Amino acid sequence: MENKEIVKLNGVYKRFPSGKTEFTALSRIDLSFAGGEFAGLAGPSGSGKTTLLNIIGSLDVPTEGTADVLGKRINDLSHKEAALLRNYGIGFIFQTYNLLPVYDVYDNVEFALLLQKMSPNERKRQVMEALDWVGLTDKVHSRPAALSGGECQRVAIARAMVKRPRLVLADEPSANLDSKNSHRIVQTMKQLNRDLGTTFIFSTHDEKVMQYLDRIIYLKDGEVERDVVV
Amino acid sequence: MKKFLLKGILHDRGRSLVPVFVVAIGALLTVFLYSWVTGAMGDSIEMSSNFNTGDVKVMTRAYAAEADQIPNDLAILGAGRITEQLKNRWPDMDWVARIRFGALADFPDREGLTRGQGPVAGWAIDLLSANTKEPSRFNLPGAIVRGAMPSQSRECLISEELASRFDVKPGDSFTLFGTTMEGGFSFTNYIVSGTLKFGSAGLDRGAVILDIRDARSAFCMDDAAGEILGYLPVSYYDHKMAVAVQSRFNADIKEFAPDEEKMFEPVMLTLKEQSGMAELVDYSKAISAMLIFIFVAAMAIVLWNAGLLGGLRRYTEFGVRIALGEDKGHIYRSLLWEAVMIGCIGSLAGTAAGVALVYALNVKGFDMSGYMQNATILMPSVIRPAITPVVYYIGFIPGVFSMLLGNALAGAGIYRRETARLFNELEV
Repeated sequence: MENKEIVKLNGVYKRFPSGKTEFTALSRIDLSFAGGEFAGLAGPSGSGKTTLLNIIGSLDVPTEGTADVLGKRINDLSHKEAALLRNYGIGFIFQTYNLLPVYDVYDNVEFALLLQKMSPNERKRQVMEALDWVGLTDKVHSRPAALSGGECQRVAIARAMVKRPRLVLADEPSANLDSKNSHRIVQTMKQLNRDLGTTFIFSTHDEKVMQYLDRIIYLKDGEVERDVVV
Repeated sequence: MKKFLLKGILHDRGRSLVPVFVVAIGALLTVFLYSWVTGAMGDSIEMSSNFNTGDVKVMTRAYAAEADQIPNDLAILGAGRITEQLKNRWPDMDWVARIRFGALADFPDREGLTRGQGPVAGWAIDLLSANTKEPSRFNLPGAIVRGAMPSQSRECLISEELASRFDVKPGDSFTLFGTTMEGGFSFTNYIVSGTLKFGSAGLDRGAVILDIRDARSAFCMDDAAGEILGYLPVSYYDHKMAVAVQSRFNADIKEFAPDEEKMFEPVMLTLKEQSGMAELVDYSKAISAMLIFIFVAAMAIVLWNAGLLGGLRRYTEFGVRIALGEDKGHIYRSLLWEAVMIGCIGSLAGTAAGVALVYALNVKGFDMSGYMQNATILMPSVIRPAITPVVYYIGFIPGVFSMLLGNALAGAGIYRRETARLFNELEV
């Protein structure tokens, strides 16, 4: 597990225009995440969790302050450079899975690799390995419609992990799952965190998820309220 | 990536079925209408070419100036030599000498007294040579209503309408009163070997077709011809080819007529330069271009809307792809690539169906004779869609282009999408 800082946020503010005034979604955020962390952002709706994930995921830029992710200053990246950073360095897991319904499990997972220059054999090896991590090698040719919610989220994890990113951002990954599947999903991610050293940052207010986290950052009204190492 | 996109096209009926169907219908209609216009216009042009203008025509400069009056006193002398020279210079083309004439036909009764007289429009062509293409060019064997083709000198064909008007049967004789090349009086007896119906009122009213040797003898036009017509070795008139031949001929004019004074020099005109043909040729091209434009525009609007609906349906997919690190430009280009694929598949299907339809209709033909009883322009009575090499690819122009245009417009929204809202959008 590497301990080098891979995410560093310095005095980050994020403001959105709201009519004639501005709405401040994040203020004075000073945070850093080391490689291999299994951390979560917790807090009520509107506390700024998703906005913070957007900035760390190079989907948005701070209004003020700096955000450095995987050695890149997010503030200075062009759209293309940000896409490249996401492509090679960051995996995303969404609450609603967002699998592509017309493709089967294999294609959904493989898609993340198609954007990288890789031989078909190597691609196949990595896809099967990722599906093995989440225990879905027997569902390779199933379409998302034929899978349960838990299976869909496991495919989404495989899709996020297949390119072996250093950082995975998961926004409420258990929100649509029952208790049993929630535990299973988080256990899978924890296992990958241990085995591969991938950094996971969650946005969650699910207690079932929080019990697995090594660090929980509580946000309130866009500010860091507490930063707790468990 | 291309394989991935192709799989998406094949698996996602919403993405492919409607656009493929629209493109296929558009391509089919384009192929059919293009063939129809080319066939109808092309057949009219071809008929004019066969009967009157040739693809190129050589006349004396003086004859050309008054060509509408068919002034045989200004005909080309030494026509045999010039025809041979033309054949040597352009061996792929067919060169034929003709004499056109106006005359009075006198039909006698049993006692040999005049039973009736009528004006006729005459064509003197090579009817009797072994390898002559003139009878088939005039479609004479197919146009014969009664009797047979002339088999010897002094036999001729007359229009069925003329024969009916004067109660003439094959085997009957009549006298043609005309004018010699020197302006003298000419009268010659002919035997009607058969009667003709071309299906064109202008020709059927009073046509007489006889062998050019008989006409030369009757009108004192030894080794002369009113016109020498040239036919290009292509199915439909090709103006560029005709102009190329014309340019070379007119540049080397002295080679063909070394001693003629200026007004009797032979001059070559293309089909387009004769008797209002320019308008017909240009009209034919304009209609074809207009058809393609209309189909491109109409289909682009339909496909633009289909693309917009598809874009909305695939909003999540594009969002996921952006989140996974695909560049917006790459997504847009992949959308265009899909458009080309769908356009090609639809165009292929539409073209196949269109060509099959065109082939079927080409064999059957549309009999328009009922609508053309009083038509004075030279038009065939049975119109057939034309099968030219163009029909195999013309459907792809509106098919692929409109699909591309539709998707290009619809896909522009990808660039306006804010990545900062992706999490919110993808978790609705």
